Amino acid sequence: MISAVRNVLRYGFELIEQPFERLFGPALNPLAQLGALGFFFFWIVTVSGIYLFIFFDTGIERAYESVEFISREHWFHAGVMRSLHRYASDLMVLMVATHLLRQFAYDQYRGSRWFSWFTGLPIIWLLYGSGITGYWLVWDKLAQYVAITTSELLDRLPIFGEPIARNFISTGTLTSRFFTLMVFMHIAVPLFLLFMMWVHILRISRPKINPPRMLAAMSLLALIGVSLWKPALSQGHVDLAKAPVEVGLDWFYLPLYPLTDIWGRGGVWVFLGAFSLMIGVMPWLPPLRRARAAEVDLAHCNGCARCAEDCPYEAIRMVGRSDGLPFPSQAQVNAALCTSCGICVGACPSSTPFRRTEELKTGIDLPDYSLKELRERTIDAAKALPRPTRVLIFACDHSGARGLDGAVRLPCVAMAPPSLFDFVLSRDLVDGVVIAGCAESACFNRLGIAWTQQRFAGTRDPYLRARVPRERIAMVWTSAVATRRVAAEIAEFTAKIAKLPLKKPRAPLPPSSASGPGGERALTETGDVP
Amino acid sequence: MSYGRLIGQFVVIAALFTAVATFANQPVYRSIPPGSAIIILTFVHGADRTAECRRLTPEEISKLPPNMRRVQDCPRGRRPLYVELDLGGRTVFRKNLPPTGIAGDGPSRVYERFVVPAGKYEIAVRMRDTPRIDGFDHASGKAITLVPEQMFVIDFRSERGEFLFH
Repeated sequence: MISAVRNVLRYGFELIEQPFERLFGPALNPLAQLGALGFFFFWIVTVSGIYLFIFFDTGIERAYESVEFISREHWFHAGVMRSLHRYASDLMVLMVATHLLRQFAYDQYRGSRWFSWFTGLPIIWLLYGSGITGYWLVWDKLAQYVAITTSELLDRLPIFGEPIARNFISTGTLTSRFFTLMVFMHIAVPLFLLFMMWVHILRISRPKINPPRMLAAMSLLALIGVSLWKPALSQGHVDLAKAPVEVGLDWFYLPLYPLTDIWGRGGVWVFLGAFSLMIGVMPWLPPLRRARAAEVDLAHCNGCARCAEDCPYEAIRMVGRSDGLPFPSQAQVNAALCTSCGICVGACPSSTPFRRTEELKTGIDLPDYSLKELRERTIDAAKALPRPTRVLIFACDHSGARGLDGAVRLPCVAMAPPSLFDFVLSRDLVDGVVIAGCAESACFNRLGIAWTQQRFAGTRDPYLRARVPRERIAMVWTSAVATRRVAAEIAEFTAKIAKLPLKKPRAPLPPSSASGPGGERALTETGDVP
Repeated sequence: MSYGRLIGQFVVIAALFTAVATFANQPVYRSIPPGSAIIILTFVHGADRTAECRRLTPEEISKLPPNMRRVQDCPRGRRPLYVELDLGGRTVFRKNLPPTGIAGDGPSRVYERFVVPAGKYEIAVRMRDTPRIDGFDHASGKAITLVPEQMFVIDFRSERGEFLFH
């Protein structure tokens, strides 16, 4: 059931993301920057809130007048700030909700990712707490509605001696102290929110907390434009003798409030409890069945730290050497955080299929899908390719090419070390290579695409060697639903390869040792012909 | 990046933000039907204790620690309040209100909203806060005229022992 919902949502997201990616490109695609945009809007709310506090009066009579002063007399600076404060808060809700749905749709909330998912739950509560306390401060009709409905909801819980809602049913029951308390709440709750946002990203390597500058600039500019065009205004002074019958609701923060009239207050609490419980236990419904965690082979680890640098999940750290070899450190895998994506295997300098050891081994490897197995699968797949134009596809498990016949499947394309592509091309196993990964803005393993591109560009270790003919390698980044596009791009690439002159193999694979151990004796460890 | 593409990106972002700004206070929500008013019955009041206080005997007092000696033993718990509200001759609320607190020693509380069409009403409210099993200890009534959107509150002041309408 959950899986079916997830697949439908994923399909929906992938359909939406394609036009976004075409217009914005992978770097600026807002759907790939939801968390970073959430942070960005938080900072806008913070800065505008500090500015508004200069003008805000916490007195019972003066609160509304001070907000009116902000919006009327000083509309051109403080009024704009008020609108920025309001709309950036709403956008933060939108970003958080979309972020949550997207993580669910792409199945990026189970396994070692449970921590970020789980800590997102208090963020939702604190975000709503921040917004609701803010609406009270304006002390207009909406504030009255929010105050009455919120306190009626809270009164439904058997924890308060006297109904809080009694404070808002007649004049004379409220004092200025109430506004002082609300200001305190409206500062304290967002501070807790910021703290939880920090906790939320603790287990993420290189978290994106700032959107690209161009996207941030456009967002800020658009926000200012909308604030000038449609400024946030109050809805008339509170009159406690009259019910706030008609209010312009903020449907981002207050969508549950009308439901109190339909479900009752108890019903809304049941819904909130069920929602929180569901979000809280979802990472284990069912638990992610993952391959065994990466393992370090100290005999082949020189402590270079590339695996720790490249791991997107902070699952590898460098610790003191324990085997007496003359290296300062060694990699250590935290199995609880490892997703078995294999990026560390691709980063390890020992991961070269040219190695002439009895059995291909590397410094860090996946027990359930070793580098040796990857090389064997690659060689077997290459042998099965039809001539004259042999194009081998390395397909990420989350890409549109994952179902193609003859493709070598990988948990992430960055698991394949660049030397593997060098290997298949220089040994004349294939005429061309297609590396097919996730959509650029939706890399399942967060950094797999970026690392692959940087390794190919020679800006990240291990590099793809300069001798490898780049025209014989194509990278195709698509979502899992874009199967036609993948097929079209592969066909186009195959046609291009067919037109290229025949390449001269540097060293053909010895026929007796296609995939067996010790089959590379004619070569040195670096892959050069002696 | 071309200017056309940049403008396209900005237009998409601005359109999204405009939609957000629109839903930030629209559509308007109406919480009660047109021409309606709200009557709120709310108060906090503690009923009598579950039993009368009993005078301790000198022997019982002497058995108590010196710093905890008292002359009376009063049960901690309170009785529930019984409240009825009539509106236009019809009983719309009738309830036993249990005391609050884990030990049941806090005051009882009530907060009930009644959405009614605006107009004239005869209101009668009654409450029992003693061990008696019939009749009421406090009762009051009033003829009122409610205008649309009015919030009419029925309160009870424990210190004066009377209902208050405002």
